[in-house]
Amino acid sequence: MSLASTLRDTRLIFRRQLRLSLRNPAWLIIGVIQPILYLALFGPLVKHFVSAPGASSDQAWRIFVPGLLVQLGLFGSLFVGFAIIAEWRAGVIERMRVTPVSRFALLFGRVLRDMIALLVQSTILVLTGLIMGLRAPVGGVLFALAFIAVLAISMSSLSYAVGLALKSEDSLAPLLNSVAVPVLLLSGILLPITRQSAPSWLYYLSRINPFRYIVDAMREVFLGTYADLTVLWGTLISLGLAVVCIMLGVRRFQIDSA
Amino acid sequence: MTDSPGIAEMIQVTGLAKTFKTKRGTVEAVRGLDLSVRAGEIVGFLGPNGAGKTTTLRMLTTLLEPSGGTAVVAGADLLREPTEVRKRIGYVAQTGGTDGACTVAEELITQAELYRLGAAEARQRCAALLKQLDLSGLEDRYVKTLSGGQKRRLDIALGLVHAPGLVFLDEPTTGLDPQSRANLWTHVRRLRDELNTTVFLTTHYLDEADALCDRILIIDFGRIVAEGTPEELKHRISGDLVTIELPGDRDGETALSALKNVEGVRDATLSGKTLRVIVDAGGQQLMGIMRALDAAGVPIASIQLARPTLDDVFLTLTGRSLRDDSPGSGAPPQPGGAAGDSAGAANLDASDPAAESAADETAADETAAPSDVTGSSR
Repeated sequence: MSLASTLRDTRLIFRRQLRLSLRNPAWLIIGVIQPILYLALFGPLVKHFVSAPGASSDQAWRIFVPGLLVQLGLFGSLFVGFAIIAEWRAGVIERMRVTPVSRFALLFGRVLRDMIALLVQSTILVLTGLIMGLRAPVGGVLFALAFIAVLAISMSSLSYAVGLALKSEDSLAPLLNSVAVPVLLLSGILLPITRQSAPSWLYYLSRINPFRYIVDAMREVFLGTYADLTVLWGTLISLGLAVVCIMLGVRRFQIDSA
Repeated sequence: MTDSPGIAEMIQVTGLAKTFKTKRGTVEAVRGLDLSVRAGEIVGFLGPNGAGKTTTLRMLTTLLEPSGGTAVVAGADLLREPTEVRKRIGYVAQTGGTDGACTVAEELITQAELYRLGAAEARQRCAALLKQLDLSGLEDRYVKTLSGGQKRRLDIALGLVHAPGLVFLDEPTTGLDPQSRANLWTHVRRLRDELNTTVFLTTHYLDEADALCDRILIIDFGRIVAEGTPEELKHRISGDLVTIELPGDRDGETALSALKNVEGVRDATLSGKTLRVIVDAGGQQLMGIMRALDAAGVPIASIQLARPTLDDVFLTLTGRSLRDDSPGSGAPPQPGGAAGDSAGAANLDASDPAAESAADETAADETAAPSDVTGSSR
């Protein structure tokens, strides 16, 4: 399987999936409204809540928006597995697995579509944030979007892998919910989990959650710091997670899906 | 990428096996299957649900890894070169495999490109296939708006985009109305007659196998239990079927016992006023039967000699009807053994690959209902 044909296959699958998504008005409308809703309904509370004495409300936004971005990324991408179950049921996956198409492309063409969708949503969220009072360096925002892109790749791949393994919406929904919510809370997305603010058991629990490092790193780049250990760890963990999830996903497209 | 002219044996399978591990233990879905398919044949793969049909098909199309055995499919080794096999075969699954929100042309072109055809070539193939499968004018329709027959033809077109030399059709007509079925049969025959495509299809419609296939393989409990042309199977395994209508239901038992002693009668059953008598093939037993009934004083309302249908064959071989969806009662696999009185005939055929597609017209007296629709074309 040459690299050129893998890229070509990926483009083919991506084109097909994107076309199908754009034909779905619900997907488009919800996709645009969701980030605005997140920010509009929760944002006004933030400045009173987070701002510690001495901190500006501007800083509150820089803590809050990266967290929201990760939440958007987690929930947006983790639930793509539902679509793969429908595709599997329609026989689309099997039909394509009989062609010589690269198995990596079957996964990654779809993942790319999800990543683009999430980047568009994230951009809407950041722009809405700017209107509401967020101030952050352009470089930091772009860095954060890169984190989101990698996160989307990981979570979509994982969701496709789990969806294809379970092949049942009824099992996938409770599984995702029961995993996603604790992970979200433990990553300090809503309220930062620090040594000062949290009991020590909660603090250490949050340290074993990879998303915590990603959230921390994103907050760091939003503040304009790019070259410190927090950002390094966040980057390494993001990339590592992506590699593992892609491998799981590709494996699922390779093996029997009887 | 087109058909592979040098290959005489399109499928050559030895000892193919598949074992599934489940919570309740291991299930041997396919047990040491041997089969071969020559280029240009239409071969029907028959069996009741759960017999191992789909598992075999999924192994031969690279979707499922065999637990044992070897196979060469379209000239490529199934285990060592699955990608090569994929390039050379077409596969049309039972469920199809289209997305309702795509248009017909989009699906065909994407599929062609997945087989590594260039954009221009893909559009060309799309146009050709639309014509070949009577889908012209539907290219911009969404798949979800197609009728059942149209959608099935699209599924088949998707399996043919790269003009494979060998195509697998899994239950191609299940769920179609009679007209669409007959129409699809025409298309399958044309595949072979005009393009010399080898077709390997599974079905549980015996009339379909009878009408369409040059050769039939019957699988039960994961093994081939019989093999031959439809005529051979009907001829060798079941004998002929004599149906006798009695004027009243008083004489049934008398008639049954009278028939037991007639030379050439293998089996006789009574239901209501109808006697079903299975006799050795040939038709010479008719006089003997009439004499015996006459001697026993049983009047006859009508008597009819028919070639058995493949349904009768199947019943004889496996002891159950193909239409019966319940996959046996977990009885140990005894190929043909369950058929009681004709068990001896069960493996008659397994060793006769010399069966040329010689469906010579011995079916003149064939009154078996479902198969006479297309019987003349064979």
